[in-house]
Amino acid sequence: MAATGEALTPQGYIQHHLTNLSVGEGFWTWHIDSLFFSVGLGVLFLWLFRSVGKKATTGVPGKLQCFVEMIVEFVDSSVKETFHGRNPVIAPLALTIFVWVFMMNFMDMVPVDWIPELAMAAGIPYMKVVPTTDLNITFSMAIGVFLLIIYYSIKVKGISGFVKELTLQPFNHKAMIPVNLLLETVTLIAKPISLALRLFGNLYAGELIFILIALMYGANWALSTLGVTLQLGWLIFHILVITLQAFIFMMLTIVYLSMAHEDH
Amino acid sequence: MNINATLLGQTVAFIIFVWFCMKFVWPPLMNAIEERQKRIADGLADADRAVKDLELAQAKATDQLKDAKATANEIIEQANKRKAQIVDEAKAEADAERAKIIAQGQAEIEAERNRVKEDLRKQVATLAIAGAEKILERSIDEAAHSDIVNKLVAEL
Repeated sequence: MAATGEALTPQGYIQHHLTNLSVGEGFWTWHIDSLFFSVGLGVLFLWLFRSVGKKATTGVPGKLQCFVEMIVEFVDSSVKETFHGRNPVIAPLALTIFVWVFMMNFMDMVPVDWIPELAMAAGIPYMKVVPTTDLNITFSMAIGVFLLIIYYSIKVKGISGFVKELTLQPFNHKAMIPVNLLLETVTLIAKPISLALRLFGNLYAGELIFILIALMYGANWALSTLGVTLQLGWLIFHILVITLQAFIFMMLTIVYLSMAHEDH
Repeated sequence: MNINATLLGQTVAFIIFVWFCMKFVWPPLMNAIEERQKRIADGLADADRAVKDLELAQAKATDQLKDAKATANEIIEQANKRKAQIVDEAKAEADAERAKIIAQGQAEIEAERNRVKEDLRKQVATLAIAGAEKILERSIDEAAHSDIVNKLVAEL
């Protein structure tokens, strides 16, 4: 259980688990824990894949290489199915998103009290372990994708083509330009927002349920037993959720970018 | 849950990660995979070709075997023919030789007989003369004469 020092009430416990370790004031607040875990996991992913890539043989591959190649081929085939142009960015982008998001989501599998308690023992008051339950993290990736969507829309269609796409659809009439612009802008803006909120919402909810289940351990033995069963069940179900969310984020990125490449 | 500077830091990290992945992670892995795919495809193609070659070689071998059998049969037939011819020739030669030998033998027998006949004639003549002398030496005795003559006759 949480030995937060401030409050041992359920509200306090939940509050504690949902608070980021942060420095700075106002907008210039930095969530140290989210940044630490996300960047750490990203570096781990790149280091692992890079080391496999450097030693990659074209002969009989080892088990780790097989594993890495399986992921790479899976992402590559997903990209090739959806995106039919030539673009050197999309496939590595999809790979990075898939593996990175999956790893960040996977932090949800670590029992909710382990790392915060360890941090507490080390004198760190707050520790939010799952980076994807931080809206900043999911939004930053969505913004990265959004910038790429705009970049490729302009690169492929030209500025005039992009503007035409925003203003002359879905109603191809001069009088309807404001309506079109409104509709298309909403469509465009909805892409990164839905990307970010979907991932954040799923993981935040999942994490919250883990915290609620963990709360049951503080009650009597009957609730604790139920809590063990529930936690196991939710954990197994959550394996599906985190993989699916990583896949959805990757797939939608590919779809949005391939839409940006299409000329209407 | 508030948006703050973490967003900027994470965006920078995201861009750097994607760039790093694009430059250093994706190409070697993709190269290895594509290289291996090519090698496997080549190997499969080679195997296919080998099977085809084998089939071709087997067909060729069968053809050659058939040819060889036909040639062998022809040779055997020829040999049989030649054998019969040789046997016939030998038979004819032997017949001729036999006829020659028989003729020679008959000629020799004839000559011998003639010679013996001559000898006998000479002896008969001598005997006749000897008989005549004896007859002359004795008196003529009809019974005795006939007896001598009979003896001569028996001697012939």
